[in-house]
Parts: sequence; structure tokens; C-alpha cells
Amino acid sequence: MAELKLTDVAKAYGPVKVLSDINLEIERGELIVFVGPSGCGKSTLLRMIAGLEKISGGELQIDGQVVNNVPPAQRGIAMVFQSYALYPHMTVRENMSFALKISGKSKDEISQAVNRAAKILQLEPYLDRLPKALSGGQRQRVAIGRSIVRDPKVYLFDEPLSNLDAALRVATRIEIAQLKEQMPDSTMIYVTHDQVEAMTLASRIVVLAGGGIAQVGTPLELYERPENTFVAQFIGSPQMNLLAGKVVGTGAQTRIALPEGQGTILSNVPTRDSDMGAEVEVGIRPEDMIQTGGPDYAYSGVVEIKEALGEVTLLYFKKQQPEHDPVIAKLPGIHTGVRGRTLKMTADPAKVHLFRNGQSLLYRT
Amino acid sequence: MGPLMQGVLTILIGVFGCVGYFYFSNLVLDRLIFPARNDDAGRNINRANAVRPWLFLAPALFALCLYLVYPVVGSFWRSMYDRSGDVFVGMQNYKNLSVDPEFRSAVFNNFLWVLIVPAMATFLGLVIAQLTDKLKWGGIAKSLIFMPMAISFVGASLIWKFVYSNDPNIGMLNAIRIFFGADSPIDPLQVPFWNNVFLMVILIWIQTGFAMVILSAALRGIPEETIEAAILDGANPFQIFFKIQVPQIMGTILVVWTTITILVLKVFDIVYTMTGGNFGTQILPSYMMEYMFRDDGRATAVALVIMVLVLPVMIWNIAQARKEMR
Ligand SMILES: Nc1ncnc2c1ncn2[C@@H]1O[C@H](COP(=O)(O)OP(=O)(O)O)[C@@H](O)[C@H]1O
Ligand SMILES: [Mg+2]
Repeated sequence: MAELKLTDVAKAYGPVKVLSDINLEIERGELIVFVGPSGCGKSTLLRMIAGLEKISGGELQIDGQVVNNVPPAQRGIAMVFQSYALYPHMTVRENMSFALKISGKSKDEISQAVNRAAKILQLEPYLDRLPKALSGGQRQRVAIGRSIVRDPKVYLFDEPLSNLDAALRVATRIEIAQLKEQMPDSTMIYVTHDQVEAMTLASRIVVLAGGGIAQVGTPLELYERPENTFVAQFIGSPQMNLLAGKVVGTGAQTRIALPEGQGTILSNVPTRDSDMGAEVEVGIRPEDMIQTGGPDYAYSGVVEIKEALGEVTLLYFKKQQPEHDPVIAKLPGIHTGVRGRTLKMTADPAKVHLFRNGQSLLYRT
Repeated sequence: MGPLMQGVLTILIGVFGCVGYFYFSNLVLDRLIFPARNDDAGRNINRANAVRPWLFLAPALFALCLYLVYPVVGSFWRSMYDRSGDVFVGMQNYKNLSVDPEFRSAVFNNFLWVLIVPAMATFLGLVIAQLTDKLKWGGIAKSLIFMPMAISFVGASLIWKFVYSNDPNIGMLNAIRIFFGADSPIDPLQVPFWNNVFLMVILIWIQTGFAMVILSAALRGIPEETIEAAILDGANPFQIFFKIQVPQIMGTILVVWTTITILVLKVFDIVYTMTGGNFGTQILPSYMMEYMFRDDGRATAVALVIMVLVLPVMIWNIAQARKEMR
């Protein structure tokens, strides 16, 4: 049975609709990541699950129970805030004990729970310090510890790493992944706008965009089979190239002609006879681009900028239409003397995505 | 020359005098006293920089001495002379104070004022700040509660004279008493001991608005997330208020508390206008006023007693405020 079930959940602030038609089931032990651009409603959704925001429509179930009107403390959830939200006047120990004290646990139980959490998070030397005497990473660990002692069914994290510097962010990300491994039965929902965090941590990713869910899936599903151009371009860096094309051959494999560069290319996405002549968008990730001299190619253009990173080389092609994003190719290894040259680029048919009106042709019914 | 012209002229002289002082004194220092020329250039620049702060501080220090230090020393000196100021009497004025039963009662009453007024004003201000914060019409309530701050103490006393009037058709207190079946009106300001409390109520009424405004701002400064975290931790509204919010603004609460304490030790108007210190309501400032012009020696002695009482509170208050600012 699902630990968490959202049915048609919606949120509106007065006339402003922020979220609508959110349908989602989360199993026990999953680490779900909500990812999406800033302002798309990730925090709002998380806060509705926490009970800090009222749910405007639909139903939220935790552990089989409708909790729309259950107060936050009784939902069996704990939340880690982006700003840590530690109580500044309490020591680390008091911060972690607060919830247990409120719920009337005995002194022994409290100190046991706090010591256990402190041990897991390596906070033992700091238990008697005030939050202001801790570094950012330590404060974040205290905030996590405050959740752990309550032994909740669901952990909620709202961009927990975004106040840390880059090096610490990677270290803390790994710590969170390890923490999750130590607690295989706890369910975690993790909000971030950073796709790398999402890809590395998640068992499943929920991509939010435009007030709804764009796609739900494992990290690799999102990468290999994006349902729409938004997900296709949101996951992966640099983002996927989208080129205008026209279907000129249908069947188990599809042949597409690309007016920009006058080439044609094969895709493993199957099409129907009725698709003949349809306008589509051809999606090829920069890292899937291959230089070719053969007759099949997706793009032909002049290399305008080259970024050599050693392990890979990024090629930015000259824009043929000023409003388009430049086509980017990411070639392994070092390439010299390509700037200013005209290159023909192709890709493995298995790596060529097809979209029509922004939706992938793979998922048509 | 009309008074308007005089005012404008004073302002002009003041402003340009200041600018002129800083500009020319700086010029004299750099060009004439320590010129950055010849062999001594480096040393002279250093010396000029060491002197410059004192040069610029001098007018302020002078004004401070003239208007603060001199009066204190002068008062102390005056307090050792008799009422007409001709005969040196040493500590006699202080000795007289210590045996005067009215002075003793003033000290005792003042002690009660210091205990009750700041505590009540701060407490009410805090509670009102919290209660009105989330309300739609909270702003209106706040302005109403803040309004007494704009009334002079004498004006406030006049208003409360009506409230405490012993005619039940005017005095609210007596009207309420009669409504609940009392047979004859009383004069609240003559009820022993409680009349002190009735007078304190006036100052509390005035100062609650001050406490409310400052504490309301402090409450808003608390990060919303700490409150949300406490909600998730299962705290009820009382626990959130007393265990999460109040401790976080403790510094501000103490500053408000001590600021009102200092005020309490200075306000003579309320007692002076309401009872004139009669019926056992005397406090130090009004006691001082009673002797002013009649016996300046004794009045200045009282002033110095008040100063000695205020000083530690003041020092603590400033230290606290500094800590807050950090
Ligand atoms: N109290 C509010 N009133 C009106 N709009 C709000 C309120 N809180 C958030 N929003 C809007 O809801 C949207 C989603 O916000 P949020 O969930 O914080 O986004 P994010 O995905 O960056 O966490 C934003 O466009 C924001 O402007
Ligand atoms: Mg957010």
C-alpha cells in the first residue's frame, strides 16, 4: 500500500492557481525528489503534505488515512527547512529534544533518542552548543537530527543543500544518501531545483512544471525516455537540442528530414502511416551527437565556439535562426582545429527522440 | 528683527558654523600645524591623523560637558547648600531626607512603581502585539492603543481624573461600582495603597503602546520557519509563544522593560496633577517637584538620589541594546 497518496490535489491563492491535478503515489521506503524550475510550486506541494498550507482541492492520504484536515504534528511527518529553522535560543540537544518534550516523553527516552541521532549524524561533540556556534553543514545536520528523533513516517526536505557552498553540498548530498540507506523503511520527499541532486538521490523523480506534474519516473527513465520537451530539456546538461523536422518515412523506424542542414536521419521511435509528412521536433542530446561524413545526418553547421574541458569538448554551432538556441555537441576527448569548420552531426537512431506539439511520440496511445 | 528672521539666522549660523569649523580646523591642522612637507612629511601625516578625531569630536564633547557634566556637578554642589543657597551645609540635606517619613514613603511607592509599571506595560504590550499581529483590523487596534503615547502626561492625567471622578455620572469607576449595587460613591484617589495602583494604571495605559510597537516589530523579525518547525514539532500556540517566540525576542523585551523603568523614575506629572503627592501617593520625582523653588538644596539632593537610582538601570539598558544591535 502506498505510504502517501495524492489525488487531484490543487492549490490556489485566491484566484491564482499555483498547482492543480496532482496525482501521485509514493511507496514506503522511496526517496522521491520533486524537481522543477524556481516558482513552479515545489515548496507549496511539500508544505501541503506537511500541513503548513491548506489543501485547496483534492485529497491527501498518509498511510491510508485522509489527512487533509489533520494538524501537522499528527501526520507523522518531519520537515527539514532550507534555512534550517533551528531554535536559536536552544542548544543542539534542546533543539533535538523539543518535539519529544512536547509530546511528554520521559527523560530517558528523550536522551536515548537524541544520543542515537547525534551518533548517526556525528553531532556528539556539539550537543551543548548553540546553533550560532555551528557551521552551515553542522546546522543542517542538526535540522536533520531534529527530524530523526521523532521517527516519522515521512521525511520532507525543502532544498536542504541550497544554503551550503559547492563542496559542502556534494558532501552533504552523499551523507543524505547514506542516511537513507541506513533507514530503508523511511519515506523521504526531497525538493530541489538542481537536477544533479535529483538524478543522484532519487529513486523516482517528479518533475513539476506549469502548475502540474510533467513526468514521474526513475532518473534514467526521465533521461532516456522523456515524455515531453520540458522534461527532455530540464534533465541533462547542456540541454537537449531540439530541431524542426518532417516525417518522410514511417514504420518501426522513422525517417525524418531536417530542413536546417538539409539532412535526413533515422529514429527508433515507431510511427504510423498517418504520420507521413507531419511536423515534429527531433531531440538529440549533445552527448549523443556524433560527427559523420555519411549520407545520414541531423545537422550541418559552422562551429562558432569551442569549450575544451579536457575530458569532453563542447561545440556551439552558429545559429541559423537568431531566435533558436544554438545547437550544442559534446564530444568525448580533445578536438583541435574544429572552430570555423562546417561539421555534419548525426546520432544513433536509439538516441533520437521525437516530439509533436511538445509531447513525445513514444507515449502515444 | 522679527523672531522668524532670528530663527532663520540662528539656523544658518549653526549649519554654516559647523561646516566652517570642520573645514577650517582641518585646514589649519594639515597646512599649519603638521604640514606634510619636507623631511617630516610622513611623521606629520601620522600626527595629524592622531589629532583629527579629537578635533572633530571637540564641539560634541564641549556640548556634552556644558549640558550634562556641568549640571550634574553643579547640582551636587548645590545640594550641599541650604534652601537659599548661601550657607554650606555639607550632607545635611541628605540627612534630612533620610529621616523624612514622606521621603521614605516616596521611595517605597517608587519601588512599587518600578516593580509594577514596566512589568505590566511590557506584558500587555507583548500580548497585544502578538494578538493583533494576524488580525485584519489589528492595525486599527494598534493605532488606538498607541495613541496615548501622543498625549502629554498632564493631558492623560486630566482624562483619568474623569475616570476616577467621585461623581458616578462622570467617573466610570464609580459608575461601575454603583451599577453593581454600591450605595455611595468613593474617591478612588483617596483609597489608601490602592490609589497608588490607580495612578500606575495611567502610566501603564500610556506606555503599553510603546512596548507594543517595539515588540510587534521584534515579533515580526522572528524567522517564520522556526514557528513552522515548532508547529510540526507539535507545540500548541501557548508553547510556541512562550518557548519559541518570547525567548527569541528576550533582548528586545529587556530593552523595553528597562526603558520604561527609567521613565518611571522620571515622571512626576501624573502624581503631581492627580493627587499632588497626598493620600500616601508620593513618589521621588513629584517629591522633588514639591521642594523645587521652595528648597532647592533639598530638591537637588532628591534629583541626585534619582540619578543614582537610574544610572545602573541605564548602563544595563545600553549594554543590552548594544548586544541587540550586534
Ligand atoms: N502566500 C502566497 N500567496 C500568493 N502566491 C503565492 C504564495 N506563496 C507562494 N505563492 C506562489 O506560488 C508559486 C509557487 O511557489 P513555491 O512553491 O514557493 O515555488 P518553488 O517551486 O520555488 O518552491 C509561486 O509562483 C509563488 O509566487
Ligand atoms: Mg521553494
